[in-house]
Amino acid sequence: MTEKGKNQPDSTKTSRRSFFTKLWIFLGVIAFIEFIGVVTAYLLPPRKREKVASFGTIIDAGPVEKFPNESVTAFIRGKFYLCRLKDGGFLAVSRQCTHLGCTVPWLDKEKKFVCPCHASAFDISGEVISPPAPRALDVYRLYIENNIVKVDTGKRIKRGGFRTDQVVYAKKA
Amino acid sequence: MPDQEAILKKRPIFQRVRHSIFPGQLQPGKDREGYRRFFKTLVLHFRPRTVPERTLELTLTWGLGGMAVVLVLMLMGTGVLLKFVYEPLPEKAYESILYLQRDVLFGSLIRNIHHWSGNLLLIVVFLHFLRVFFTGAFQPPRQFNWIIGLGLFCTVLFSNFTGYLLPWDQLAFWAVTICSGMLEYIPGVGRWIQNLIMGGPEVGPSTLSNFYAIHTAILPGIIILLMPFHFWRVRKAGGLVIPRAPEDEVATRGKSVNTIPDLILREVVVALVLIAFILVFSTLFNAPLEAKANPGLSPNPTKAPWYFSGIQEMLMHFHPFFSLFIIPVLIVIALISLPYIDEESSTAGVWFVSLKGRKMAVIAALTMAVATPIGIFADEYVIDLAARMPGVPHFISNGLIPFAILLFGSFGFYVIIKRKYAATTNESIQALFVLFLVAFLIFTITGIWFRGAGMKLMWP
Repeated sequence: MTEKGKNQPDSTKTSRRSFFTKLWIFLGVIAFIEFIGVVTAYLLPPRKREKVASFGTIIDAGPVEKFPNESVTAFIRGKFYLCRLKDGGFLAVSRQCTHLGCTVPWLDKEKKFVCPCHASAFDISGEVISPPAPRALDVYRLYIENNIVKVDTGKRIKRGGFRTDQVVYAKKA
Repeated sequence: MPDQEAILKKRPIFQRVRHSIFPGQLQPGKDREGYRRFFKTLVLHFRPRTVPERTLELTLTWGLGGMAVVLVLMLMGTGVLLKFVYEPLPEKAYESILYLQRDVLFGSLIRNIHHWSGNLLLIVVFLHFLRVFFTGAFQPPRQFNWIIGLGLFCTVLFSNFTGYLLPWDQLAFWAVTICSGMLEYIPGVGRWIQNLIMGGPEVGPSTLSNFYAIHTAILPGIIILLMPFHFWRVRKAGGLVIPRAPEDEVATRGKSVNTIPDLILREVVVALVLIAFILVFSTLFNAPLEAKANPGLSPNPTKAPWYFSGIQEMLMHFHPFFSLFIIPVLIVIALISLPYIDEESSTAGVWFVSLKGRKMAVIAALTMAVATPIGIFADEYVIDLAARMPGVPHFISNGLIPFAILLFGSFGFYVIIKRKYAATTNESIQALFVLFLVAFLIFTITGIWFRGAGMKLMWP
């Protein structure tokens, strides 16, 4: 009895001690995770800039008549090409190759975009003609206001391939 | 003791100052001896008192580990100097390099030393990795040190890569663009990692400041932590692996010699020769610098840095998901698990495992030296799997099928050579390693010298 009584407080003491040790370790792990989380959040680029369309991201490309059918015009500042298809539809195509991100030039003679890095080729609508590019060139939101073509460069839209609903037409006057 | 004070008081002021810096027993007329002892004990804090004489043979280590240390020190020295001039902003980075080269005294030399040392370090650590593999020095008790070594190798690789962007010229900008583009193909987290490292979807101002911080603070910090860990494990393993001939059954430690002077002298010679080489090379050859980066114009061809050109070459033959994710991940897993594979008997210290192992390694090397170029040619000009299977997605025609061929080919090779030579696991694994090594080297060489405009095959 006495022996047990002697042992009892001892063992509770150790268990209390080990409980506190575990608690400290637990708190340490939490603190470490928080630390990693804060550092990661700090390093990630702020997201607002991309999502909200502001005046800064909208580019006035010019009046509809300025662009002949089946033509490609480069916009250096907006990092996109304004493509007018054969049927007069507009498409704002990103200049960044979907393979590894090189800038694709438009070859007017061959009527296609050819990437200088790994020879991927795209047609005027950004559709892949030859790999290794895995998907069509990204597009930007485009709309026509008072006969002026406007492109919102704030958000790049990924697409699997070319679909007709991506094309914007001018209202027939 | 009191007479120490008395001796000291009689000394001229310079000797008293010197004594205050290097304290110790002062014996009249024996100062030089005292300082030598002081220096020795300092060195012996880092190195063992004696080392086995056989590990001093140049043909065991080729001085590669020591060279790596010297290069790291040189890189840190010149790197700090470069920090005084370099400005990590897109509008200023290129101009600050021009200023460094044109107006700063010895600016070009410092940049050249940093550039060439960085490139040489990568070659040296790769050779060191091969040396350790082929002498079986990853086997117990050095298993974990192999893993630390792999970590150091990756750190050196990424130091080179992050440093590549800093000059902000066309070469740097586009090489980093395509290499960062590679990250996108890591399933799930790829885009997130890309965003984290590059600070956005494209290479831009945040990429430069991120790379600058990683290159000048994080990676050197990791190297400073891992290097002593690596050395400490060498000491814990009882020094270097003892070299022995294939016929010798067990390694014998043999005679031991004093670290000072036998080991230290050799290390100093290697260091001095290396430093002399770097200085001469940096005087003769300038580090490349092209036109300022232009995000609107990709040069043709745009190539990855030379150490990634093997991966770039793989991209030409496999769907990105396989060449950038599956294959690298499998290789890393294989390398990490290598020291933990059960072997029949320890072959540590024997070059190329055994006589039979040497023969098998040569066969593997020859097989791949023939098969790889044929494969590259065939894929380029003859077989176009994607065109042959029009309805099948590229993921299968360009990815799964070539990958399956690769996997079954190498597995078949392993089984056949193991059975034919009735070989041990060690010998067969080495043959497989040589198989991949030679293929990788040929891919790298092809990527560096045999790819021209539009990434078409051509003569250099």
